[in-house]
Amino acid sequence: MNQVNELFSKEIKVVNIGIQGFYEDLKKNHVPTVHMNWKPVAGGNKKMAGLLSKLK
Amino acid sequence: MTLGEKIDQANEKAFEKMNAGQPTLVGMGIAGETLPGMSKTTVLHAGPPVAWENMCGPMKGAVMGGLIYEGLASDLEEAETLAKSGKIDFDSCHHHNAVGPMAGVVTYSMPVWKVQNKTFGNYAYATVNEGLGKVLRFGACDEEVFTRLRWIEKVFYPVMKAALAHHGEIDLKTMIAQCLQMGDEGHNRNKAGTSLFIREIITDIMEIEADEERKVEVVKFLLGNDHTFLNLSMPACKCTMDATRNIPYSTMVCAMARNGTEFGIQISGMSDRWFTAPSEYIQGLYFPGYSEADANRDIGDSCITETTGIGGFCMAAAPAIVQFVGGKVSDAVNYSTQMYEITLGENKMYKIPTLGFRGSATGIDIRKVVETGIYPIINTGIAHKNWGVGQIGAGIVHPPAACFDKALEACVEAWTEE
Repeated sequence: MNQVNELFSKEIKVVNIGIQGFYEDLKKNHVPTVHMNWKPVAGGNKKMAGLLSKLK
Repeated sequence: MTLGEKIDQANEKAFEKMNAGQPTLVGMGIAGETLPGMSKTTVLHAGPPVAWENMCGPMKGAVMGGLIYEGLASDLEEAETLAKSGKIDFDSCHHHNAVGPMAGVVTYSMPVWKVQNKTFGNYAYATVNEGLGKVLRFGACDEEVFTRLRWIEKVFYPVMKAALAHHGEIDLKTMIAQCLQMGDEGHNRNKAGTSLFIREIITDIMEIEADEERKVEVVKFLLGNDHTFLNLSMPACKCTMDATRNIPYSTMVCAMARNGTEFGIQISGMSDRWFTAPSEYIQGLYFPGYSEADANRDIGDSCITETTGIGGFCMAAAPAIVQFVGGKVSDAVNYSTQMYEITLGENKMYKIPTLGFRGSATGIDIRKVVETGIYPIINTGIAHKNWGVGQIGAGIVHPPAACFDKALEACVEAWTEE
């Protein structure tokens, strides 16, 4: 817990992966953030991800 | 060899065949005498096959207009009755080596550009672009439309056919590559392409034996229609992609097309089978007085350009187009860049200056599309949902996800049973 408190007492630099809303919120609060455009395979659709794995 | 390796190998072959394509304008002809499988009662249309009862407004308008133009009906009422009667053979342009923008209606007497893929020998065809305003491809079907269509057949066609014969073949691949260096993207911005074509053909028009007034009319028509080149870039792309059909195990998309009701894709390893889903509505800019409520679903064969790695895939080459389809210049760059995520490689001929002359993203792989959830970007015109109105805007659209899911499922079904 102490380490977490220590982290938040420093300047935070964020790499946001996935949901863009988190990036937008941080940006609004002037937190330096880099957004990485990432989605789970087939958008998380297990059926399509399973079919895809058969063609690889 | 694993299935994945077989697919990779097949896709490499398909990609190479696409890059090796050499689309060349070789002349003009009359559709009924030139396209395979045409009869006097054939009406070709854009997109995957669709029955009369399922056609959208602009498609029905264009079909009725085509029937009146052919003299098969004398007015709209007769045309509608005939279209419903079962006596007309409707079919997809793609099944006859043709492509048509928007409704894409092609009937027996219409003049067509003849484009040949010189590397593989196959042909593709498209009608002459009518220009903007009241035009058949947006479903307009009144006397103004018929007058222009008859002029194209009786005046434009003989003059241009003779001028092309006088000039000799025109290398369209080089011309498209040049357009991309001049601010076009080969789908909705055709100012450079049309200008280059006019520069190529104008002295031949002057030198052929023909009525001088008619020659002037033809030149004025070309000068007045920036989209002339669209109906050349489309068959150029069609004959390029047709050469990649029927490569077993290839998951590369060889056609994308919409009939205004459904969007369809075809892939190289699945013969001529269509994978369809309802077409999307287009996000874009509307002309004054119109809104999304007036819009038809996405329509036309023109996304054969994106299938070949130009059009939306080259928007970074055409920053001015965002004024027509909406968004910022940075969006255009992002669209082009994102397409590298879902394609097999970079085009060897079609290069984008603003990306450091990087070859455009080319060869859509359905596996990459399903995996990433990134869908091909298409820029396109928006047709009014009712026939007779015309274009009401332009914007950006994607194919429906279901087309790619269905194609992928079919591949698994066909190739994992062996």
